[in-house]
Amino acid sequence: MTAVFYIASAIAIVSTVMVITRMQPVHSLLYLIVSLLAVSLVFFVLGAPFIAALEVIVYAGAIMVLFVFVIMMLNLGREAAEQERRWIDISMWKGPSLLALVLLALMFYALHSGNPGAVSGRVVSPKEMSIALFGPYLMVVELSSILLLAGLVGAYHLARRETGNEERRRS
Amino acid sequence: MIGAVPMTHGLMVAGMLFVLGLVGLLVRRNIIYMLMSIEIMLNAAGLAFIVAASRWGQPDGQIMFIVILSTAAAEVAVGLALVLRFYSRFKTLDADVANDMRG
Repeated sequence: MTAVFYIASAIAIVSTVMVITRMQPVHSLLYLIVSLLAVSLVFFVLGAPFIAALEVIVYAGAIMVLFVFVIMMLNLGREAAEQERRWIDISMWKGPSLLALVLLALMFYALHSGNPGAVSGRVVSPKEMSIALFGPYLMVVELSSILLLAGLVGAYHLARRETGNEERRRS
Repeated sequence: MIGAVPMTHGLMVAGMLFVLGLVGLLVRRNIIYMLMSIEIMLNAAGLAFIVAASRWGQPDGQIMFIVILSTAAAEVAVGLALVLRFYSRFKTLDADVANDMRG
């Protein structure tokens, strides 16, 4: 299990280096997803299986999908078609998929070799975490919900289409 | 000690990921890359919390990770809306284009 920790950490670091050195945003987005999956495996090994699931669902799922949406929206015009043709090329996705295959093998190994979190002394179960979250940390839940509401309102306000009176207000 | 993996190794991984995110934030001028680097840094901070939670076997660190997760979600929603506005005004994603104020 310690080998799983070190290999997953190495994959996370390598793919993060690839994220900040790629030129195409979609390439680095693929590497970023691999990096988040590797960090999720590290969480699993460290005895936080619920947090590992949250990392995959929220980070690698929701947040990365937002990034993909924005990149797709910004790629308008006639060069989008040839760009799409380049994306299907194998040289683009062979690096991330190789790293993801290593992660898949690691995950099978970690799932088959006994209980989650064999590295850590103790696995913090989702039940224990929920009791703490809705007991002494109830204010954190409320603050997070207010923060998310503020983010929702702010994103809606910013992403509205510019209207005519915007120009008048600015001058 | 967390079992066979020392706590320092987990914290070292978190620190390396954080430094990589910081380097990406300082080096790249594309706004999308800067947002991605911020995501990397937030994730590295969360990894440090999880390592600490694993060290003491308490759920508090995981709760802090949930806080970081919701912060990152709110931040990326507002940030990407700002990116869309930026692109519709300046027709580019270069952050240096927006370095002058109009006033």
